[in-house]
Amino acid sequence: MIARRKSEGRRTLRAFAIELTLYGLLVTGYFFGVLHFLGNWLVQLETQHIRIYASVAILLIIGQAVMLEAVTTGLLRLLRRGRSE
Amino acid sequence: MYFPISHSHINPVYLVVTGFVIGVLGGFFGVGGSFIAGPALRAMGLDWNFAVGTDLAHIVGKSVVAAKRHRALGNVDLRLGLIMTIGTIGGAELGAQLIQALKRAGNVNFIVSVVSITVYLSISAFMIWESWRTLAKSNGGKLRKRPGAATLKADRSAFMHVTKALQRLRIWPMIRLPTSGVTISFWIIVLVSFIGGLFSGFLGGGAGYIRMPSLVYFLGIPTHLAVGTDLFEIIISAGYGTFTHAIKGNVDILIALVMHTGAAIGAQIGAIATQYFAGPKIRLAFVPLPLIGAAIVIYTLLSGHKL
Repeated sequence: MIARRKSEGRRTLRAFAIELTLYGLLVTGYFFGVLHFLGNWLVQLETQHIRIYASVAILLIIGQAVMLEAVTTGLLRLLRRGRSE
Repeated sequence: MYFPISHSHINPVYLVVTGFVIGVLGGFFGVGGSFIAGPALRAMGLDWNFAVGTDLAHIVGKSVVAAKRHRALGNVDLRLGLIMTIGTIGGAELGAQLIQALKRAGNVNFIVSVVSITVYLSISAFMIWESWRTLAKSNGGKLRKRPGAATLKADRSAFMHVTKALQRLRIWPMIRLPTSGVTISFWIIVLVSFIGGLFSGFLGGGAGYIRMPSLVYFLGIPTHLAVGTDLFEIIISAGYGTFTHAIKGNVDILIALVMHTGAAIGAQIGAIATQYFAGPKIRLAFVPLPLIGAAIVIYTLLSGHKL
Protein backbone atom coordinates (compact mmCIF):
# COMPACT_ATOMS: atom_id res chain seq x y z
CA MET A 1 0.00 0.00 0.00
CA ILE A 2 2.71 2.45 1.09
CA ALA A 3 4.93 1.37 -1.80
CA ARG A 4 2.07 1.99 -4.29
CA ARG A 5 1.45 5.43 -2.80
CA LYS A 6 5.16 6.23 -3.02
CA SER A 7 5.38 5.23 -6.68
CA GLU A 8 2.19 7.22 -7.43
CA GLY A 9 3.71 10.25 -5.72
CA ARG A 10 6.94 9.82 -7.69
CA ARG A 11 4.99 9.60 -10.97
CA THR A 12 3.00 12.75 -10.10
CA LEU A 13 6.23 14.61 -9.28
CA ARG A 14 7.83 13.44 -12.55
CA ALA A 15 4.76 14.57 -14.53
CA PHE A 16 4.86 17.90 -12.73
CA ALA A 17 8.58 18.35 -13.48
CA ILE A 18 7.98 17.61 -17.20
CA GLU A 19 5.05 20.04 -17.21
CA LEU A 20 7.17 22.76 -15.60
CA THR A 21 9.99 22.23 -18.14
CA LEU A 22 7.63 22.40 -21.14
CA TYR A 23 5.83 25.36 -19.62
CA GLY A 24 9.16 27.12 -18.96
CA LEU A 25 10.21 26.67 -22.61
CA LEU A 26 6.88 28.00 -23.88
CA VAL A 27 6.99 30.99 -21.52
CA THR A 28 10.59 31.85 -22.49
CA GLY A 29 9.57 31.84 -26.16
CA TYR A 30 6.62 33.99 -25.26
CA PHE A 31 8.85 36.55 -23.45
CA PHE A 32 11.18 37.02 -26.37
CA GLY A 33 8.47 36.85 -29.03
CA VAL A 34 5.26 38.53 -27.94
CA LEU A 35 6.37 40.83 -25.10
CA HIS A 36 9.32 42.19 -27.09
CA PHE A 37 7.07 43.24 -29.99
CA LEU A 38 4.28 44.51 -27.73
CA GLY A 39 6.63 46.73 -25.69
CA ASN A 40 6.97 49.72 -28.03
CA TRP A 41 3.32 49.73 -29.02
CA LEU A 42 2.19 49.68 -25.35
CA VAL A 43 4.57 52.52 -24.41
CA GLN A 44 3.14 54.66 -27.24
CA LEU A 45 -0.39 53.80 -26.21
CA GLU A 46 0.34 54.64 -22.55
CA THR A 47 1.73 58.08 -23.40
CA GLN A 48 -0.81 59.06 -26.07
CA HIS A 49 -4.12 57.25 -25.33
CA ILE A 50 -4.20 56.37 -21.65
CA ARG A 51 -7.85 55.18 -21.62
CA ILE A 52 -7.24 52.80 -24.54
CA TYR A 53 -4.09 51.63 -22.76
CA ALA A 54 -6.12 50.88 -19.59
CA SER A 55 -8.65 48.83 -21.59
CA VAL A 56 -5.92 47.01 -23.57
CA ALA A 57 -4.06 46.25 -20.30
CA ILE A 58 -7.09 44.48 -18.83
CA LEU A 59 -7.79 42.61 -22.09
CA LEU A 60 -4.15 41.51 -22.32
CA ILE A 61 -3.94 40.15 -18.77
CA ILE A 62 -7.29 38.33 -19.07
CA GLY A 63 -6.34 37.01 -22.53
CA GLN A 64 -3.00 35.75 -21.22
CA ALA A 65 -4.73 34.15 -18.22
CA VAL A 66 -7.17 32.24 -20.44
CA MET A 67 -4.37 31.22 -22.82
CA LEU A 68 -1.97 30.04 -20.08
CA GLU A 69 -4.76 28.17 -18.31
CA ALA A 70 -5.52 26.35 -21.56
CA VAL A 71 -1.79 25.60 -22.09
CA THR A 72 -1.30 24.16 -18.58
CA THR A 73 -4.55 22.15 -18.75
CA GLY A 74 -3.54 20.85 -22.20
CA LEU A 75 -0.06 19.91 -20.96
CA LEU A 76 -1.51 18.07 -17.95
CA ARG A 77 -3.94 16.17 -20.18
CA LEU A 78 -1.16 15.28 -22.62
CA LEU A 79 1.07 13.99 -19.83
CA ARG A 80 -1.77 11.99 -18.25
CA ARG A 81 -2.58 10.37 -21.63
CA GLY A 82 1.10 9.59 -22.14
CA ARG A 83 1.23 7.91 -18.73
CA SER A 84 -1.84 5.73 -19.31
CA GLU A 85 -0.64 4.48 -22.73
CA MET B 1 15.09 43.06 -18.43
CA TYR B 2 14.09 46.68 -19.14
CA PHE B 3 10.43 47.64 -18.67
CA PRO B 4 9.90 50.87 -20.64
CA ILE B 5 6.52 51.88 -19.17
CA SER B 6 7.83 52.21 -15.59
CA HIS B 7 11.46 52.82 -16.72
CA SER B 8 12.71 50.01 -14.49
CA HIS B 9 15.18 47.12 -14.77
CA ILE B 10 13.88 43.95 -13.10
CA ASN B 11 15.09 40.36 -13.36
CA PRO B 12 12.23 38.43 -15.08
CA VAL B 13 13.09 35.25 -13.11
CA TYR B 14 12.44 37.16 -9.87
CA LEU B 15 9.06 38.30 -11.24
CA VAL B 16 8.08 34.79 -12.36
CA VAL B 17 9.08 33.22 -9.00
CA THR B 18 7.24 35.95 -7.03
CA GLY B 19 4.18 35.41 -9.23
CA PHE B 20 4.39 31.64 -8.68
CA VAL B 21 4.47 31.97 -4.86
CA ILE B 22 1.55 34.43 -4.85
CA GLY B 23 -0.29 32.20 -7.32
CA VAL B 24 -0.07 29.17 -5.01
CA LEU B 25 -1.26 31.25 -2.02
CA GLY B 26 -4.08 32.83 -4.05
CA GLY B 27 -5.30 29.55 -5.51
CA PHE B 28 -5.30 27.86 -2.11
CA PHE B 29 -6.67 30.64 0.11
CA GLY B 30 -8.67 32.77 -2.32
CA VAL B 31 -6.65 35.93 -1.69
CA GLY B 32 -5.08 38.38 -4.12
CA GLY B 33 -1.74 38.35 -2.28
CA SER B 34 -1.16 42.10 -2.61
CA PHE B 35 0.40 42.26 0.88
CA ILE B 36 3.31 40.20 -0.51
CA ALA B 37 3.33 41.28 -4.18
CA GLY B 38 3.34 45.04 -3.41
CA PRO B 39 6.41 44.92 -1.12
CA ALA B 40 8.10 42.39 -3.50
CA LEU B 41 7.80 44.81 -6.43
CA ARG B 42 8.85 47.70 -4.23
CA ALA B 43 11.94 45.75 -3.17
CA MET B 44 12.96 45.57 -6.86
CA GLY B 45 13.00 49.37 -7.00
CA LEU B 46 9.61 49.93 -8.60
CA ASP B 47 7.91 53.17 -7.51
CA TRP B 48 5.14 52.63 -4.95
CA ASN B 49 2.35 53.83 -7.30
CA PHE B 50 3.50 51.38 -10.02
CA ALA B 51 3.83 48.59 -7.43
CA VAL B 52 0.19 49.02 -6.36
CA GLY B 53 -1.31 49.37 -9.87
CA THR B 54 0.82 46.64 -11.49
CA ASP B 55 0.10 44.26 -8.63
CA LEU B 56 -3.65 44.76 -9.17
CA ALA B 57 -3.30 43.93 -12.90
CA HIS B 58 -1.38 40.74 -12.07
CA ILE B 59 -4.05 39.80 -9.48
CA VAL B 60 -6.74 39.97 -12.21
CA GLY B 61 -4.88 37.46 -14.38
CA LYS B 62 -4.02 35.14 -11.49
CA SER B 63 -7.61 35.18 -10.22
CA VAL B 64 -8.94 34.31 -13.70
CA VAL B 65 -6.76 31.17 -13.76
CA ALA B 66 -7.54 30.16 -10.15
CA ALA B 67 -11.28 30.90 -10.46
CA LYS B 68 -11.47 28.85 -13.71
CA ARG B 69 -9.82 25.93 -11.95
CA HIS B 70 -12.10 26.32 -8.89
CA ARG B 71 -15.13 26.49 -11.20
CA ALA B 72 -14.09 23.19 -12.77
CA LEU B 73 -13.96 21.75 -9.23
CA GLY B 74 -17.46 23.14 -8.49
CA ASN B 75 -16.13 25.71 -6.00
CA VAL B 76 -17.61 28.93 -7.44
CA ASP B 77 -21.05 30.33 -6.54
CA LEU B 78 -21.60 32.67 -9.51
CA ARG B 79 -24.88 34.13 -8.22
CA LEU B 80 -23.27 35.05 -4.89
CA GLY B 81 -20.18 36.48 -6.64
CA LEU B 82 -22.25 38.72 -8.91
CA ILE B 83 -24.39 40.08 -6.04
CA MET B 84 -21.24 40.76 -4.04
CA THR B 85 -19.78 43.01 -6.72
CA ILE B 86 -22.48 45.64 -5.93
CA GLY B 87 -21.33 45.97 -2.31
CA THR B 88 -17.63 45.61 -3.14
CA ILE B 89 -17.54 48.48 -5.65
CA GLY B 90 -19.59 50.74 -3.32
CA GLY B 91 -17.31 49.89 -0.37
CA ALA B 92 -14.13 50.37 -2.41
CA GLU B 93 -15.29 53.85 -3.44
CA LEU B 94 -16.06 54.82 0.17
CA GLY B 95 -12.67 53.42 1.30
CA ALA B 96 -10.88 55.49 -1.36
CA GLN B 97 -12.84 58.61 -0.26
CA LEU B 98 -11.82 57.99 3.38
CA ILE B 99 -8.17 57.80 2.27
CA GLN B 100 -8.56 61.14 0.44
CA ALA B 101 -10.12 62.72 3.58
CA LEU B 102 -7.25 61.39 5.74
CA LYS B 103 -4.73 62.68 3.18
CA ARG B 104 -6.25 66.16 3.50
CA ALA B 105 -6.09 65.85 7.32
CA GLY B 106 -2.40 64.89 6.95
CA ASN B 107 -2.30 61.70 9.04
CA VAL B 108 -3.14 59.01 6.51
CA ASN B 109 -0.07 56.78 6.99
CA PHE B 110 -0.37 56.45 10.76
CA ILE B 111 -4.15 55.82 10.83
CA VAL B 112 -4.10 53.32 7.93
CA SER B 113 -1.18 51.47 9.57
CA VAL B 114 -2.91 51.23 12.97
CA VAL B 115 -6.22 50.11 11.40
CA SER B 116 -4.53 47.49 9.24
CA ILE B 117 -2.47 46.06 12.15
CA THR B 118 -5.63 45.84 14.30
CA VAL B 119 -7.63 44.17 11.49
CA TYR B 120 -4.90 41.68 10.53
CA LEU B 121 -4.21 40.64 14.14
CA SER B 122 -7.94 40.33 14.95
CA ILE B 123 -8.59 38.12 11.90
CA SER B 124 -5.66 35.85 12.75
CA ALA B 125 -6.59 35.56 16.44
CA PHE B 126 -10.24 34.84 15.64
CA MET B 127 -9.42 32.25 12.96
CA ILE B 128 -6.95 30.42 15.24
CA TRP B 129 -9.61 30.21 17.94
CA GLU B 130 -12.43 29.17 15.58
CA SER B 131 -10.62 26.59 13.41
CA TRP B 132 -8.88 25.07 16.44
CA ARG B 133 -12.22 24.65 18.23
CA THR B 134 -13.89 23.24 15.12
CA LEU B 135 -11.06 20.76 14.53
CA ALA B 136 -11.15 19.68 18.19
CA LYS B 137 -14.93 19.12 18.02
CA SER B 138 -14.90 17.14 14.74
CA ASN B 139 -13.90 13.57 15.55
CA GLY B 140 -11.07 14.58 17.83
CA GLY B 141 -9.49 16.68 15.10
CA LYS B 142 -9.62 13.97 12.42
CA LEU B 143 -11.39 15.23 9.32
CA ARG B 144 -11.59 13.42 6.02
CA LYS B 145 -8.66 14.23 3.73
CA ARG B 146 -10.56 14.39 0.45
CA PRO B 147 -13.82 16.19 0.99
CA GLY B 148 -16.55 15.31 -1.46
CA ALA B 149 -19.79 17.25 -1.96
CA ALA B 150 -21.30 15.91 1.27
CA THR B 151 -18.34 17.14 3.34
CA LEU B 152 -18.45 20.53 1.63
CA LYS B 153 -22.06 21.07 2.70
CA ALA B 154 -21.23 19.90 6.22
CA ASP B 155 -18.29 22.33 6.57
CA ARG B 156 -18.62 22.98 10.32
CA SER B 157 -17.58 26.15 12.14
CA ALA B 158 -17.46 27.00 15.86
CA PHE B 159 -19.06 30.34 14.88
CA MET B 160 -22.11 28.56 13.42
CA HIS B 161 -24.60 30.06 15.94
CA VAL B 162 -23.93 33.59 14.61
CA THR B 163 -24.10 32.37 10.99
CA LYS B 164 -27.47 30.67 11.67
CA ALA B 165 -28.82 33.82 13.38
CA LEU B 166 -27.89 35.91 10.32
CA GLN B 167 -29.47 33.35 7.97
CA ARG B 168 -32.71 33.51 10.04
CA LEU B 169 -33.05 37.27 9.47
CA ARG B 170 -35.89 37.50 6.90
CA ILE B 171 -35.22 40.87 5.29
CA TRP B 172 -36.73 40.97 1.78
CA PRO B 173 -35.49 40.02 -0.81
CA MET B 174 -34.22 36.60 0.30
CA ILE B 175 -31.65 35.04 -2.05
CA ARG B 176 -31.39 31.28 -2.58
CA LEU B 177 -27.86 30.11 -3.29
CA PRO B 178 -28.28 26.46 -4.35
CA THR B 179 -24.57 25.99 -5.08
CA SER B 180 -23.65 26.95 -1.51
CA GLY B 181 -26.81 25.42 0.01
CA VAL B 182 -27.69 28.71 1.72
CA THR B 183 -30.70 31.07 1.72
CA ILE B 184 -29.90 34.55 3.04
CA SER B 185 -31.06 38.16 2.75
CA PHE B 186 -29.74 40.13 -0.22
CA TRP B 187 -28.85 42.97 2.18
CA ILE B 188 -26.62 40.81 4.36
CA ILE B 189 -24.66 39.72 1.25
CA VAL B 190 -24.33 43.36 0.14
CA LEU B 191 -23.30 44.46 3.67
CA VAL B 192 -20.60 41.77 3.95
CA SER B 193 -19.21 42.59 0.48
CA PHE B 194 -19.45 46.31 1.24
CA ILE B 195 -17.20 45.83 4.30
CA GLY B 196 -14.74 43.80 2.14
CA GLY B 197 -14.76 46.58 -0.48
CA LEU B 198 -14.29 49.24 2.21
CA PHE B 199 -11.12 47.51 3.44
CA SER B 200 -9.98 47.02 -0.15
CA GLY B 201 -10.32 50.75 -0.86
CA PHE B 202 -8.92 51.77 2.52
CA LEU B 203 -6.00 49.35 2.91
CA GLY B 204 -5.39 48.50 -0.77
CA GLY B 205 -5.34 45.16 -2.61
CA GLY B 206 -8.24 42.78 -3.10
CA ALA B 207 -9.04 42.38 0.67
CA GLY B 208 -9.45 38.61 0.26
CA TYR B 209 -8.01 38.27 3.81
CA ILE B 210 -11.25 39.76 5.15
CA ARG B 211 -13.74 38.63 2.46
CA MET B 212 -12.94 34.91 2.51
CA PRO B 213 -13.42 34.56 6.31
CA SER B 214 -16.56 36.79 6.14
CA LEU B 215 -18.12 34.48 3.53
CA VAL B 216 -17.55 31.50 5.82
CA TYR B 217 -18.48 33.03 9.18
CA PHE B 218 -21.25 35.51 8.30
CA LEU B 219 -22.91 33.98 5.23
CA GLY B 220 -22.26 30.31 6.07
CA ILE B 221 -20.60 29.51 2.73
CA PRO B 222 -18.50 26.28 2.83
CA THR B 223 -14.77 27.13 2.90
CA HIS B 224 -13.95 25.61 -0.53
CA LEU B 225 -16.78 27.61 -2.13
CA ALA B 226 -15.75 30.74 -0.22
CA VAL B 227 -12.23 30.45 -1.70
CA GLY B 228 -13.51 29.98 -5.29
CA THR B 229 -16.22 32.64 -5.06
CA ASP B 230 -13.83 35.14 -3.49
CA LEU B 231 -11.44 34.64 -6.43
CA PHE B 232 -14.27 35.21 -8.91
CA GLU B 233 -15.20 38.39 -7.04
CA ILE B 234 -11.56 39.54 -6.98
CA ILE B 235 -11.48 39.41 -10.82
CA ILE B 236 -14.19 42.10 -10.89
CA SER B 237 -12.95 44.27 -8.01
CA ALA B 238 -9.25 44.07 -9.03
CA GLY B 239 -10.26 44.63 -12.69
CA TYR B 240 -12.03 47.83 -11.67
CA GLY B 241 -8.96 48.84 -9.59
CA THR B 242 -6.61 48.08 -12.50
CA PHE B 243 -8.60 50.28 -14.87
CA THR B 244 -8.70 53.26 -12.47
CA HIS B 245 -4.97 52.91 -11.67
CA ALA B 246 -4.08 52.47 -15.38
CA ILE B 247 -5.73 55.75 -16.38
CA LYS B 248 -3.69 57.45 -13.63
CA GLY B 249 -0.52 55.98 -15.21
CA ASN B 250 0.17 53.52 -12.36
CA VAL B 251 0.19 50.22 -14.30
CA ASP B 252 3.15 48.66 -16.11
CA ILE B 253 1.28 45.88 -17.87
CA LEU B 254 4.49 44.29 -19.19
CA ILE B 255 5.67 43.59 -15.61
CA ALA B 256 2.21 42.21 -14.75
CA LEU B 257 2.28 39.90 -17.81
CA VAL B 258 5.71 38.51 -16.90
CA MET B 259 4.71 38.01 -13.23
CA HIS B 260 1.54 36.33 -14.32
CA THR B 261 3.35 33.57 -16.24
CA GLY B 262 4.53 32.23 -12.85
CA ALA B 263 1.23 32.97 -11.12
CA ALA B 264 -0.78 31.04 -13.75
CA ILE B 265 0.84 27.73 -12.86
CA GLY B 266 1.03 28.52 -9.11
CA ALA B 267 -2.69 29.37 -8.99
CA GLN B 268 -3.60 26.02 -10.56
CA ILE B 269 -1.45 24.12 -8.04
CA GLY B 270 -3.03 26.09 -5.15
CA ALA B 271 -6.57 25.49 -6.41
CA ILE B 272 -6.02 21.75 -6.89
CA ALA B 273 -4.41 21.51 -3.42
CA THR B 274 -7.67 22.68 -1.74
CA GLN B 275 -9.18 19.28 -2.65
CA TYR B 276 -6.86 17.58 -0.20
CA PHE B 277 -7.74 19.69 2.85
CA ALA B 278 -10.92 20.04 4.91
CA GLY B 279 -12.43 23.52 5.52
CA PRO B 280 -11.19 24.11 9.10
CA LYS B 281 -7.65 23.07 8.10
CA ILE B 282 -7.66 25.58 5.22
CA ARG B 283 -8.87 28.25 7.66
CA LEU B 284 -6.15 27.36 10.19
CA ALA B 285 -3.47 27.45 7.46
CA PHE B 286 -4.83 30.88 6.41
CA VAL B 287 -3.82 32.41 9.79
CA PRO B 288 -0.17 33.33 8.92
CA LEU B 289 -1.26 35.45 5.92
CA PRO B 290 -2.77 38.37 7.87
CA LEU B 291 0.15 38.03 10.34
CA ILE B 292 2.63 38.55 7.47
CA GLY B 293 0.61 41.61 6.43
CA ALA B 294 0.71 42.93 10.03
CA ALA B 295 4.48 42.30 10.28
CA ILE B 296 5.09 44.26 7.05
CA VAL B 297 3.01 47.22 8.28
CA ILE B 298 4.70 47.19 11.74
CA TYR B 299 8.13 47.16 10.05
CA THR B 300 7.12 50.05 7.79
CA LEU B 301 5.74 52.02 10.74
CA LEU B 302 8.79 51.50 12.98
CA SER B 303 11.55 51.86 10.38
CA GLY B 304 9.98 54.54 8.23
CA HIS B 305 10.93 52.47 5.12
CA LYS B 306 8.35 51.16 2.73
CA LEU B 307 9.05 47.52 1.94
